Amino acid sequence: MTRLVVVGASLAGLHAAVAARRAGFEGDISLVGDEPHYPYDRPPLSKNYLAGTIEAEALRLRPAADPAETGVDWELGRTATGFEPSPDGGGTVTLDDGRRLAGDGVVIATGCRVRTLPGTDRLAGVHVIRTLDNATALRAALADGPRRVVVIGCGFIGGEVAATARQAGHDVTIVEAASAPLQRVLDTESGLAVAELHRSHGVEVHLGVGVARLDDADGVVRTVVLDDGTELAADVVVIGIGVVPNTEWLADSGLLLDDGVVTDAYCVAAPGVVAAGDVARWPHRGSGEALTRIEQWDNAVEMGRYVGTRLVHLLTGDGAEEAEPFDPVPWFWSDQYDRKIQLAGAAADGHETVQGTVAEQRFVRLFLDDGGRVTGTLCWNRPRQAILARRLLATGADADEFRQKLA
Amino acid sequence: MKIVVDFDLCESNAVCMGIAPDVFEVRDDDFLYVLNETPPDELHEMVRESAERCPKQAITFEDA
Repeated sequence: MTRLVVVGASLAGLHAAVAARRAGFEGDISLVGDEPHYPYDRPPLSKNYLAGTIEAEALRLRPAADPAETGVDWELGRTATGFEPSPDGGGTVTLDDGRRLAGDGVVIATGCRVRTLPGTDRLAGVHVIRTLDNATALRAALADGPRRVVVIGCGFIGGEVAATARQAGHDVTIVEAASAPLQRVLDTESGLAVAELHRSHGVEVHLGVGVARLDDADGVVRTVVLDDGTELAADVVVIGIGVVPNTEWLADSGLLLDDGVVTDAYCVAAPGVVAAGDVARWPHRGSGEALTRIEQWDNAVEMGRYVGTRLVHLLTGDGAEEAEPFDPVPWFWSDQYDRKIQLAGAAADGHETVQGTVAEQRFVRLFLDDGGRVTGTLCWNRPRQAILARRLLATGADADEFRQKLA
Repeated sequence: MKIVVDFDLCESNAVCMGIAPDVFEVRDDDFLYVLNETPPDELHEMVRESAERCPKQAITFEDA
């Protein structure tokens, strides 16, 4: 065992590399990242970094605080273009400069990239947020004086950018094609509470209407035209309509690709090949063994650590027998204005509010399946309850215990 | 080990409390309290993990 190749140098990849070291791996670890930057934290890109209250240096992820001490060979600014698994385990990763890195173990952690609106890529004034460079460009566009900002898509990124821009004094409009924000993860009432939160801060919110086109003048965006004919004047347009997994480089690898890299319950895609983070799709016990891909910060950390340890165990044979499947309680948070929204587990059609009210924008809501079991909890400005709820979900507590402890 | 929390960064996500409840506590006022700034050796690994898992990267510690 001499080398691990970790492809993807963000949260999951970095934590995988660090976990492999901690599990006793003494060989070389190559950490390949397509951005020129050392691993940094993405959540602030739509919040305080965008607002200009912290600088890029403060975003560096803790295990890479001193890159020379991380214990990896950095391959930054390099894109993986191909992968050939080895019958003996691991495989060979081809980089865009033509070099081939052979690993006895390989971690796939290439994450996702943003979805864009067709034909808008080259339009000046149109922004997305995924990378530090994206956020730096948007920050610059919002730097001098009030702008008319149109945010397309009211998911968490869109909502956070809208909140940050509004708080900086910009004139902000949100356009969301669904009838309420966040319908992929929240119930309708809670989603509408997000819309209300924005309206109460003076943001114009259009729900249930899509974008027909963007009009420009000499290549600079001027107007967002909606499906119902509404025209919104815009200096800056931010598109936040979701992400797609980066798996193109694996097209000829023979690995199973289906909305991500498909793995077994132990995050193993092939012998000596594991996947973690936004790009990985695995049968999640907590979701009834359904193939699950989670685009969340905490999951990337946890899954990265899991696969790093797992890979070393697979290579050495130590501890491989006792391994438990990767079975986290998914959890994420979003900060918008002075509200903190934390969802643990998954939303369901049934729900009850056990503390506070939606109207006062401070509440705890349980999501229940048909059998009355709690599938998830939504804590709205209730951080203490959020962590408690997460523990209750992990232990499989019954609904009454949730009611009692979270009320 | 001496724990330092940057309260300008901390947003009370309470992840640290989930990992090391003997050291970190988010109370009903939604503020984080450090229960023990110089925790004993057996808690150091949990504090290290809390620092790495903090979504705001607000926890640092100095090795004494």
